[in-house]
Amino acid sequence: MTINPMLQPDPTLFLSLTDDVFDSAKLIEQATNWQEKYRQIMLLGKKLPNLAEAFRHEGAQVKGCESQAWLYHQQIDGQHFYLADSDARIVKGLIGLLLVATQGRTSREISQFDIALYFEHLGLNGQLSPSRTNGLHALAQAIKSYATETN
Amino acid sequence: MTESQFDHQAIRSQFPALQQQLGDNPLCYLDTAATSQKPQCVIDAMNHYYQLDNANVHRAAHQLAARATQQYEQVRAQVQRFINAATTEQVIFTHGTTESINMVAHGLTDLLKADDVILVDGAAHHANIVPWQALAQRTGAKVIPIPLDSMGCIDISAYDALLTQAPKLVALSHVTNAMGTINPVKAMVAKANNVGAMTLIDGAQAVAHLGIDVQAIDCDYYVFSGHKMYGPTGVGILYGKLDALEKLTPMLTGGEMIKTVSFNDTAYGALPNRLEAGTPAIAAVIGLGAAITFLTELPQALIHQHEQQLIGYLQQQLSQLGDISVYGITPDNINIGAVAFNLANEHHQDVGILLDQQGVAIRGGHHCAMPLMQSLQIKGCCRASIGVYSNQQDIDRFINALAEVKSILL
Repeated sequence: MTINPMLQPDPTLFLSLTDDVFDSAKLIEQATNWQEKYRQIMLLGKKLPNLAEAFRHEGAQVKGCESQAWLYHQQIDGQHFYLADSDARIVKGLIGLLLVATQGRTSREISQFDIALYFEHLGLNGQLSPSRTNGLHALAQAIKSYATETN
Repeated sequence: MTESQFDHQAIRSQFPALQQQLGDNPLCYLDTAATSQKPQCVIDAMNHYYQLDNANVHRAAHQLAARATQQYEQVRAQVQRFINAATTEQVIFTHGTTESINMVAHGLTDLLKADDVILVDGAAHHANIVPWQALAQRTGAKVIPIPLDSMGCIDISAYDALLTQAPKLVALSHVTNAMGTINPVKAMVAKANNVGAMTLIDGAQAVAHLGIDVQAIDCDYYVFSGHKMYGPTGVGILYGKLDALEKLTPMLTGGEMIKTVSFNDTAYGALPNRLEAGTPAIAAVIGLGAAITFLTELPQALIHQHEQQLIGYLQQQLSQLGDISVYGITPDNINIGAVAFNLANEHHQDVGILLDQQGVAIRGGHHCAMPLMQSLQIKGCCRASIGVYSNQQDIDRFINALAEVKSILL
């Protein structure tokens, strides 16, 4: 994946995730029925910052999603930070779960992270399959390749 | 509504894929417009060919080849009767609708010139848009979309006005992919014929639901796929009037389609082989034959009535559910096979993911008809589509699942 030299969103948006977001991830894991799981996924999505319209452009778009999804990356002191958004609420929440697993991690940590296992643990293994059009697989690939290209 | 007029369950039970569970839920398959499920007789016919009759067609003197060739050519005759073509030579086996349209667009390259006009249905799917754009790029011709009205149906007065530009070709959908709206193809072709335009009708979404009579439509080309009419993937049909097929330059050259080959000069053979280079999808063709037998042995009028009742019921239930926008409905134009909708302002993908959690399979997206979505001013939509096997329980399960989605999203 090529790193786009385009204008980057405000660096203050690339922050560690709040405790709130991690709490949501726990609630998703613990949800006892699918309705509750997906409600919590959408709530997690809501807790992530929104990308301003100007940054929702094709250069930042991750291909392979039926919905639109955009991803930005910054490396600060050896840690990787991502900023992502989607026009679909569930997809945004699923992206949030990817960020819970990768935000602020090192290249080594991200490259060793088994995202499939992580989603299986959350009870969402079906969602990560490359055959799904939610783009999660493509986003996971993009997150990993940012971390390997910039180490 | 009633299903007691005929034994619908006896039809449904012929489709093994519909008998399965997805997690806690039985499969509710409402994505027939993407591809239909296959009855056991189609699966059996293909298995039988591979187990006992597998040989290449048209090539050898041995008994297996003779059996394979006989079955293959019998299907051509079946297709001829199915669409009421005048002769078997007018039925070309292709790999599907997309390939059929590409063969026509490629084949006409030498016959078009700069500034020639190609009119394309504004609600067409990409397979009936992009090959014409590529043809226009090769020749300098212009592709002009036929405008749609606010409900997404063809604006006939705009079409009439465009015909005064003396188009060389008019490409239409018989039934639209995204919304299941029917175009008045017979009347539209007659008008095109009056101005000397060639016509291609994409019947991909029509063949499984409507009786097709290509001679009555009077188009130059009619194309469709096997897999949307209970047959296998990998086989489709290009029908053409004889002179319309004769004028096509073959897109593929090679075995089967030649008369003589030397390194100085090669002469192409006669139709239909001239347009069927290479070894065809023999098993798929035989499967298509079984699908046509299956379809033609059904009680046509009752099945049509059954499907129309289901679509009407689906539309009514959607409107009762509330917060639903339905696309492509006009008072006089009942939809065929499919209903396109959105739930309030929710993303079609979110709706699709939550329906999938409940075992309900629908399609969400732009339905390979981005220009149509642009004219409806939406990013995409959901489409529920039915087939001969669908029943009222499918619609009820879908509506209940959608009510659940609504309670989560709204």
